[in-house]
Amino acid sequence: MSERVAVRKTYKLFIGGKFPRSESGRSYLVQDSNVSLASRKDARDAVVAARAAGKGWAGATAYNRGQILYRVAEMLEGRREQFVALGVPADEVDAATDRWVWYAGWSDKLPQVYGGANPVAGPYFNLSAPEPTGVVAVVAPETPALLGLVSVIAPAIVTGNTVVVAASPTAPLAAVTLAEVLATSDLPGGVVNILTGRLSETVPTLAAHMDVNAIDLTGVTDPELAADLEVKAAENLKRVLRPVAAGHDWSADPGLGRMTALLETKTVWHPKGV
Amino acid sequence: MFEYAPAPESRSVVDLKPSYGLFIDGKFVDPADGGSFKSINPASEEVLAEIAEGGAQDVDRAVRAARKAYDKVWGPMPGRDRAKYLFRIARIIQERSRELAVLESLDNGKPIKESRDVDLPLVAAHFFYYAGWADKLEYAGFGRRPTSQHSGAYPQPLGVAAQVIPWNFPLLMLAWKIAPALAAGNTVVLKPAETTPLTALLFAEICQQADLPAGVVNIVTGAGETGRALVEHADVDKVAFTGSTDVGRAIARAVAGSRKKLTLELGGKAANIVFDDAPVDQAVEGIVNGIFFNQGHVCCAGSRLLVQESVAEQVLESLKRRMAQLRLGDPLDKNTDIGAINSAAQLSRIRELTEAGAAEGAQQWSPPCELPERGFWFAPTIFTGVTQAHRIAREEIFGPVLSVLTFRTPAEAVEKANNTPYGLSAGIWTEKGSRILWTADRLRAGVVWANTFNKFDPTSPFGGYKESGYGREGGRHGLEAYLNV
Repeated sequence: MSERVAVRKTYKLFIGGKFPRSESGRSYLVQDSNVSLASRKDARDAVVAARAAGKGWAGATAYNRGQILYRVAEMLEGRREQFVALGVPADEVDAATDRWVWYAGWSDKLPQVYGGANPVAGPYFNLSAPEPTGVVAVVAPETPALLGLVSVIAPAIVTGNTVVVAASPTAPLAAVTLAEVLATSDLPGGVVNILTGRLSETVPTLAAHMDVNAIDLTGVTDPELAADLEVKAAENLKRVLRPVAAGHDWSADPGLGRMTALLETKTVWHPKGV
Repeated sequence: MFEYAPAPESRSVVDLKPSYGLFIDGKFVDPADGGSFKSINPASEEVLAEIAEGGAQDVDRAVRAARKAYDKVWGPMPGRDRAKYLFRIARIIQERSRELAVLESLDNGKPIKESRDVDLPLVAAHFFYYAGWADKLEYAGFGRRPTSQHSGAYPQPLGVAAQVIPWNFPLLMLAWKIAPALAAGNTVVLKPAETTPLTALLFAEICQQADLPAGVVNIVTGAGETGRALVEHADVDKVAFTGSTDVGRAIARAVAGSRKKLTLELGGKAANIVFDDAPVDQAVEGIVNGIFFNQGHVCCAGSRLLVQESVAEQVLESLKRRMAQLRLGDPLDKNTDIGAINSAAQLSRIRELTEAGAAEGAQQWSPPCELPERGFWFAPTIFTGVTQAHRIAREEIFGPVLSVLTFRTPAEAVEKANNTPYGLSAGIWTEKGSRILWTADRLRAGVVWANTFNKFDPTSPFGGYKESGYGREGGRHGLEAYLNV
């Protein structure tokens, strides 16, 4: 009996809920695999997918979004060994799963914590509530490959944003595998889109894109590139999350900041009277 | 129309000096290079005072003073003591409100009715509101202390705040900037607009009167270059700007790659949506207030009227009748509804855009309206037959000019309302509650006024979506801009 020949996986992009190859037909060799080398066009396609998904996702009930994020945790838990096989430490997979659970619970609590009635000096109903800013471009941290990625995606989408993520160029397999988790979690296609490849190709396109509302530069390690991306982002006044300092502790309590930085506050007034 | 006898407010309450220096480290000082400019009364073109023009050296001096005050006095001071200074300032503003209101109308051109009944009460209320936060920051709901934070009180201030404000609500914008910054424990260098520096300089005197420690508030007057030097200064931790979207963009670029926290409150092109069931008289008052309040020099002005087709004729007829009652003239006259345009430059911008409106095929209408011979004036104006492609439907005019568009369905109203890169405010007029909430949910704007317009309150967060900027001023949200959270 000959030994069974393994079926290898093709690592592709994740755009609009589908797994296309790069439209450019290119790949690069990393982590012993050929991984799609996303082009500027792929980045633009991902923005279109994210925008298209935004209305439904932002319009879903907070309860529904919370359940879907919790479902992501369930799916990730079930694929624990798969991530370990990719070289992600088991502790990190567990922490990533727990982070999904933590953020899942925020969906229907953040609007209460971060908004509310304002006691204006007059006969008016006045209520402030957070809303998603829209399409968010995210540069995932280089490491930890899975926990870092989850820690930037979950806070962006739990409030109703949709994202285009530039995955870690040196450790993209965890990102593509996470896409498989997301694709089986009832998360609507296009809410999370993942690009693999060179940051220098995709991220400047996202930073300059006029239909992107915010950019999270967390994973950018070159200060000059970060400044240049921030300049590009100014063209349509994107909300900008600046890079985190080297040695950032991803296992620490994340706080509210990653969620609130990607929110708009809407305040509605109405007179009271009979 | 009734004939109104003139009822001018006396300007004797204001004691103007012939010239003003920069307010740095608790004292009025001369600028390093001795430059100056004039501030004029836009209603008469009379020179009010000679104002020092701050250069890079002066800005540096002011930032150093603010840094020193932050390190030595204001940063270490207990919140309850900071609160007391802010309460003191709020009280002095109330006590001297007549003087401040008259000076505001003189320098800005806005009707005394507005500076007296809207601007000044809100200015005092803003200081009073944020005073109360100064010793309660840990209760402001910004969550747990991130584990990487240093020990000590949480949340922490940022340090020195650079603040640049516009000319449309000079003292109110100063209050929106300075009150939360100081409450949170920061010190500030503020640059008022070059056409309206006078109330900020009187505010500097109020800081002296309140015995506010030197360097906590510094006022550096000047134009764009002064603002640029301030925003770009390396020792500034925070930049807050209210003004045009173009300048906001330039500031966002200037702070790119720095540690400076940035909040921007920029332009707008708000839709004021009138549904077919709206009470017409109330809606018309709201439309008038929305676009003619403060001569339309309001970033959240309801400058695009979206009226449902079936009632458009009736609403326009009422609106025109109401507009014919508006009294334009001397800002110090207590009967005046519409004052002077703030500057010659702004007047020419309004003229340029209205000429474009007419040239592109929209129909221009103004009531019979006599404009004074001297000063800068523009009659209240509406354009009908406006399409979404017209410049007057897309660009911020920042004057008393309303563009009227129509719609058939609620979905079309929302589509048109959101069809702008701006997203500061919006208005909804309908008697149906569920329609208000449905529409409000879909409007991409930071403030939505339903069956009212242009209402402000220190407890109520204000600020935009999209290219109207980011961050909020007012309320608990307004503290966030000045805290390391």
